[in-house]
Amino acid sequence: MQIAILVTHIRAEEKLLLTAFAEAGIEPDVILDRDINIDLVAGPDQQAPSGRAWSAYDVVLERCVSTSRGLYLLAILNRWGIRTINSYETAAICSDKLQTTLALSTAGVNQPETRVAFTPESAMGAIERVGYPAVLKPTTGSWGRLLARVNDSDSAEAIIEHRQTLGDYNHHTYYVQSYVNKPGRDIRAFVIGGRTICAIYRSSEHWITNTARGGSASNCPITPDLDDICQRAAAAVGGGILAIDVLEDSNGELLINEINHTMEFRNSSAPTGVDIAAEVVRYALAQAEVVA
Amino acid sequence: MNQTVSCVECDAELNVPADAMENELISCPDCGVELEILSLNPLTIDLAPEVEEDWGE
Ligand SMILES: Nc1ncnc2c1ncn2[C@@H]1O[C@H](COP(=O)(O)OP(=O)(O)O)[C@@H](O)[C@H]1O
Ligand SMILES: [Mg+2]
Ligand SMILES: [Zn+2]
Repeated sequence: MQIAILVTHIRAEEKLLLTAFAEAGIEPDVILDRDINIDLVAGPDQQAPSGRAWSAYDVVLERCVSTSRGLYLLAILNRWGIRTINSYETAAICSDKLQTTLALSTAGVNQPETRVAFTPESAMGAIERVGYPAVLKPTTGSWGRLLARVNDSDSAEAIIEHRQTLGDYNHHTYYVQSYVNKPGRDIRAFVIGGRTICAIYRSSEHWITNTARGGSASNCPITPDLDDICQRAAAAVGGGILAIDVLEDSNGELLINEINHTMEFRNSSAPTGVDIAAEVVRYALAQAEVVA
Repeated sequence: MNQTVSCVECDAELNVPADAMENELISCPDCGVELEILSLNPLTIDLAPEVEEDWGE
């Protein structure tokens, strides 16, 4: 069985994964995205930086911290008929919050009210429609960067003007959400192969609860409701290995906020007691077996 | 066996654990800068690449 891991560099997660693979008796090839130099016109029999032909891999696990590199590599590999985790299709939806919103909506999965507009005037209109406070986010982005909670029309005008003047065209897509009055925390659920394996609460004094921004992790019990919405959300984006952000509104209703396709989990195994790396490896090996 | 190397930013002595891997990120306990292990033999480190706008989960 041949497995490759695509990485930008080795973080805590990749180290945990490589250790878990070793425990399963597998030594995957680690391929750095900086070493990629692919002939796009030729096919999958060309050599990967590992020295092996790409076509020799039963499955390729994409763990690039660079979303754009990861996406293109998945596109290439899937075109060549090579199985990847996640699939290009899933990654393309999850890496774009607007596409995620659409996929969830089509599947009838509960989520915050969300609108899109492309000009300062219509963005102002979209914000007024969802009402204050509203949340403005880049459609691509992570770690809670460049999110804005907009409390009134003065700040809406200021943020729109800044984005219009200082941002590139990506920031001229105004993705506007209603603010969900959550209880000082959100939920990060890990879904692998359609199973909700564990979840954490991310608690913070700040309304942005990402652990990358100082949110603290504690175990979140998987209730039937949480399991149900997470499974449906995962299916809506094509499944695989996913980390789902869930918000609780003031009535305790669950809403899906976003879905991550290259999840970080270094802080989540300790509070949940679930060996997430081992679960990822088990899934990857099962996927490889389908091919081998 | 633990090896040591000097931080390229602050020159502090850094302990690199025995299970360190090539291309692993480590941070300097003194100045907090993020470093990447470029090679284990000989032990070589450099500043980790700057975070780009599309980095994340
Ligand atoms: N509509 C919202 N209402 C309340 N809190 C939100 C909302 N959107 C985002 N947040 C908070 O901000 C965090 C980051 O937002 P998210 O959409 O997950 O972006 P990122 O991709 O940067 O993680 C969430 O985990 C949550 O704590
Ligand atoms: Mg998030
Ligand atoms: Zn230092």
